[in-house]
Amino acid sequence: MKELGRLLRRVEAPAGPAKLRAEGLVLGYDEATVIDGLEVEVPPGRITSVVGPNGCGKSTLLRSLARLLRPRGGGVYLDGKEIFSLPTREVARRLGILPQSPEAPEGLTVRELAAQGRYPHQSWLSQWSASDERAVERALQKTGMLPLADRPLDTLSGGQRQRAWISMALAQETETLLLDEPTTFLDLAHQLEVLQLLGRLNAEEGRTVVMVLHDLNNAARYSHHVIALHDGGVYAAGPPEEVVTPELLRDVFHVEADVVADPRTGLPLCVPYGLRRRAEGEEA
Amino acid sequence: MRRRAALRRGGLSLAVDLRAAAVTAALCAVGLAGVVLHVGVGEYPISPPDVLRALLGLTSGEENYAFIVNALRLPRALVAFLVGAALALSGAILQGLTRNPLAAPEILGINAGAGLAAVTLIVALPSAPAALVPPAAFAGAVAVAGALYLVAWRGGSSPVRLVLIGVGIGAVATALTTIMITYGEIEQVSQALVWLTGSVYGRSWEELWTLLPWLVAFGALALLRARHLNALSLGDEVAAGLGVGVERERGVLLLCSVALAAAAVATAGTVGFVGLMAPHIARRLVGPSHGGLLPAAAATGGTLVVVADLAGRVAFAPLEIPCGIVTSAVGAPFFIYLLYRSRDVK
Repeated sequence: MKELGRLLRRVEAPAGPAKLRAEGLVLGYDEATVIDGLEVEVPPGRITSVVGPNGCGKSTLLRSLARLLRPRGGGVYLDGKEIFSLPTREVARRLGILPQSPEAPEGLTVRELAAQGRYPHQSWLSQWSASDERAVERALQKTGMLPLADRPLDTLSGGQRQRAWISMALAQETETLLLDEPTTFLDLAHQLEVLQLLGRLNAEEGRTVVMVLHDLNNAARYSHHVIALHDGGVYAAGPPEEVVTPELLRDVFHVEADVVADPRTGLPLCVPYGLRRRAEGEEA
Repeated sequence: MRRRAALRRGGLSLAVDLRAAAVTAALCAVGLAGVVLHVGVGEYPISPPDVLRALLGLTSGEENYAFIVNALRLPRALVAFLVGAALALSGAILQGLTRNPLAAPEILGINAGAGLAAVTLIVALPSAPAALVPPAAFAGAVAVAGALYLVAWRGGSSPVRLVLIGVGIGAVATALTTIMITYGEIEQVSQALVWLTGSVYGRSWEELWTLLPWLVAFGALALLRARHLNALSLGDEVAAGLGVGVERERGVLLLCSVALAAAAVATAGTVGFVGLMAPHIARRLVGPSHGGLLPAAAATGGTLVVVADLAGRVAFAPLEIPCGIVTSAVGAPFFIYLLYRSRDVK
């Protein structure tokens, strides 16, 4: 009997990290179409960065991967199942999303925020189980927020606040974490703090991380896989060494740049030196 | 620091915010003291110990005490408490839902809708029985809330649209009420004005038993959905990411808020600013988590209106000021203070 239970549990548990992919995705708001016929696959257990110029649909893509935006065409698939066909709670137990610069109610403490991450695991009868409590403590410890756990968010620095939000996403215990510009409004040290934390979470726990990043050098340095968006579709996708090239900077970001190897890591490093000169007859 | 105690048995578990529970108990004690004082004052003063004896049904020297306390004065004091509690709950829910500290039933035009319906009835149909005023006010509040939701709905309801359209609908309802007052007969108008300022004068057990079920039913429903309200107060995107059925939960909570405000306004008229002030005071005391905040806000609101009514009766005795004037006199500066403070935050 015990044997059977163990077997059943093994069947229930998803085999390996979830596979997230989009097929023929068409996304837009009101009249405007932002993403048109995009194909993308998120490598499981790795860190993926989505890069591209302002307004290219990076955040829109991330929102649709997180089931926050219904596609106009095509679909997003989690382990082969169309994401809108899955129950909301099940998706929330497998995908965590941190929107860009979220805001917490005044006076909310770090621990209270992290506890919100347990929402998809709770029910009316089980509102604060022992595993909820363990998950929150673990998340606070991972992000180094335990010493600040009882502080209200509004008394913290930008980097600490971002770590508090990441604690919430961690407490959700999802295999995949989606983050929309987790480093915006942070100074250099705090950017590193957040990116290194995400790197550790990926290395130690094998969580899949997908983030939208503005900074190409950070994307190259902290991710295994880079997806560059351009004109409503994917311009290039692959390891940073293959994607971050002078051609990408010219075609996608309209910038002339040298791409050199980082002396420490050998990873690509962009050194922009001017705006792209427009060719004859090309539209501005 | 806020301490949570976990209650667990089998598959059941619940976190209790000990501090919020203690604060709420203390607030209820203050409210009860207010009720005792409230019952004691009047043309025929009764000392607090005698009030307590009469409340507990113990006989004391004076035979009349029991009648004066239990039949005449107690229902009014209790109605004041319940009205305050309902308004405060309504405001706390709205502030959480809209993520706007300035949200309150009066800001969303819910009170104005009730006022318009009640004044129309009083002024335009003077022959209608007075007992019809509360149901009319209730219907007015619900009608405004329904219109608000319909107009604000654009493929989904957005908190900002709800507030802006609520302010607009409220202004229209207030303007129509003013027209009624301008062109009405003087007798009916003065009656309407008393109703509009909000008063618990002469409220009896009957009003109390009408209001109580609404408060219990929708207060409990809101409390059971505190978990969802907490998630919604982090913003729609975060809430949806956590697995909240955003539109459904927002609809249910909005319904709770409207029903509570409508029941309160139908009982006592538009007692202003309680739905705005009480949640703020409670949030200062117990923090923004709604499991603790909702009961604390209800206790704060109840105490506030009891004290306001007491002050209104004592300040210029034998002249009586409606409690709605007292709460507005305190609430209007409080509102300006909140506006002033929110100017600094971004």
